[in-house]
Amino acid sequence: MTAREVLSDELTPDGVRPAPHAVPWAAPAGAAGAGAAGELAISTAGLVKRYRHQTAVAGIDLAVPRGAVYGFLGPNGSGKTTTIRMLLGLSTASGGTIEVLGRPMPQDVRTVLPRVGALVEGPAFYPFLSGADNLRRLDAADRDAPARTRRVRVAAALDRVGLTNAAGKRVRAYSLGMKQRLGIAAALLGPRDLLVLDEPTNGLDPQGTREVRHLVTDLARDGATLFVSSHLLAEVEQVCTHVGVMSAGRLVAQGTLAELAAAGTSRLRLRTPDGPAAIAVLTRFGLADPEVDGEDVTAVLPAASAPEPERIVADLVRADVRVRGFALERESLEDRFVALTGEGFDVVR
Amino acid sequence: MSADLSAGAGPALDRPGSAGNDRGAGRARPGLRGSLAVSELLTLFRRRRTQAILGVLAGVPLLIAVAVKLSSDDGRGGRGPALVDRLSQNGLFVGVTALVVSIPLFVPVAIGVVAGDTIAGEANLGTLRYLLVAPAGRTRLLVVKYLGAAAFCVVAPLTVVVVGAVIGAALFDVGPVPLLSGDTVSVPESIVRALLVAAYVAVSMLGLSAVGLFVSTLTEIPVGAMAATVTLAITSQILDALPQVEWLHPYLLSHHWLDLGDLLRTPIGWESFGANAVLQAGYVAVFGALAWARLTTRDVLS
Repeated sequence: MTAREVLSDELTPDGVRPAPHAVPWAAPAGAAGAGAAGELAISTAGLVKRYRHQTAVAGIDLAVPRGAVYGFLGPNGSGKTTTIRMLLGLSTASGGTIEVLGRPMPQDVRTVLPRVGALVEGPAFYPFLSGADNLRRLDAADRDAPARTRRVRVAAALDRVGLTNAAGKRVRAYSLGMKQRLGIAAALLGPRDLLVLDEPTNGLDPQGTREVRHLVTDLARDGATLFVSSHLLAEVEQVCTHVGVMSAGRLVAQGTLAELAAAGTSRLRLRTPDGPAAIAVLTRFGLADPEVDGEDVTAVLPAASAPEPERIVADLVRADVRVRGFALERESLEDRFVALTGEGFDVVR
Repeated sequence: MSADLSAGAGPALDRPGSAGNDRGAGRARPGLRGSLAVSELLTLFRRRRTQAILGVLAGVPLLIAVAVKLSSDDGRGGRGPALVDRLSQNGLFVGVTALVVSIPLFVPVAIGVVAGDTIAGEANLGTLRYLLVAPAGRTRLLVVKYLGAAAFCVVAPLTVVVVGAVIGAALFDVGPVPLLSGDTVSVPESIVRALLVAAYVAVSMLGLSAVGLFVSTLTEIPVGAMAATVTLAITSQILDALPQVEWLHPYLLSHHWLDLGDLLRTPIGWESFGANAVLQAGYVAVFGALAWARLTTRDVLS
């Protein structure tokens, strides 16, 4: 068994379901929960979506602070896109309330959505129109977008995603990656306070993925709030300030990236032939679950007030434990993510 | 509006473009509201499929004119139906004849394709969600979509009449046109009459377009909506031909479709035009309301 497997087993004991509502990782709810409602770009309370045979979203309380880059994580089928559809007024919630940019949705769709750029469930365009014509049509659909500057704004949006040279080509001839870029360009047609990007790097090559990451960082620097959904932690980890983790329709964790990392446990790994003596010392320091496997001794550091590792080593040596190897293994974000959402390849439902 | 944009929202994106300052100006001009309608028309008529449908409709007068020309060259004139036979005497008949021939099937199929595609086509492409997120507004989108279909109702019969007149003038003599009432009208007057016939057919198709619009809100499969719309048009004509359901006839969508003879008499009789317009308006009201009720409450999941 590798260390990682041991860890995830401990964090998701069989039969224990994640809590029904989001659990903040740190005792104070963090920036997300602290501010007044006006400081949240997106907030939901008890948001539920029921279809005939299943509950796709089972009462979630999202709190996305303004200016945040919020990674909305979860495996396929965990309810991310369903949630986004409700946030954008595409489908109605079965229960709960939604506020986007401080206004109730879907009641205020008309005033909220012009300030929101969105990529929902993959790009979709008229294959018989050029990329630029597609954007012009979408821009015409927004009553608040001035026709006078349409040409300039379309050109700027295409430039921003690197599609200037393909602007006149019919979308039929675009690759998946190009369509994805065009979708992002559509979200950038006007000045936006909030960008909702559902799986923005789907179908992009590594180069394109990196460009999207840069774009997200740029947009955040310009002051927009970004809500980026993904089933890939690695994609989100590098750019996000906040994270919400969905699993089977529930928001199982929400908070800043630092809070997520801090909530993970650290494990001490010791190489010594003197197992029993070492365990006695480790237990004195409050380490939990000590295990001996030949020369390998492992134990979990307490999350709060962990002892300094050098003091542990000093005490071990003082107790005549022959220390041949010593390491601290911090649980990675990925381990944490897997622990929260379950590891299996199978779709949960 | 522009005030609370800057107040409530924190720093707004100033890119791409420097459009931030222009927003207020755009809102101040209600004239721009039509721009989605313009976009809809451009999208509809730039589409190859629309052009192909119009091409097929244009083929009807072409086919008739060429066939009559060939048969009259053979010296076998006088054996066809009375109306078709007159073509060889006056080319201006071609357009109207072709249109009348197209009313039972060709025109309804063309309208069914366009109207059935309105919402279902967008849903199928996935563009419906992006239009709504833009935000186009569901009611506004529905109105614009219907306007597009209605524009096609005008263009389709007009295409037949115009192509017919042109090909007729090219292949046959052109002169004063005898009407059904026996009078003869000048060439310019006959053109007005031909346009009136086209207008009559356009009005006749408005109800079918509303039916198609409604069916289109029910599905994400445009072909299904098209087939259902065309089927309804044909069913209506079959019912209209069954004396057993005579009580139903005045309410059938297609009841007045062929009553355009009054427009080809002197003086012009407007009764059937009026009755047809009232009937079609009823269909537009009922099915427009149904489409609205459906689209404004539906979850857009495509």
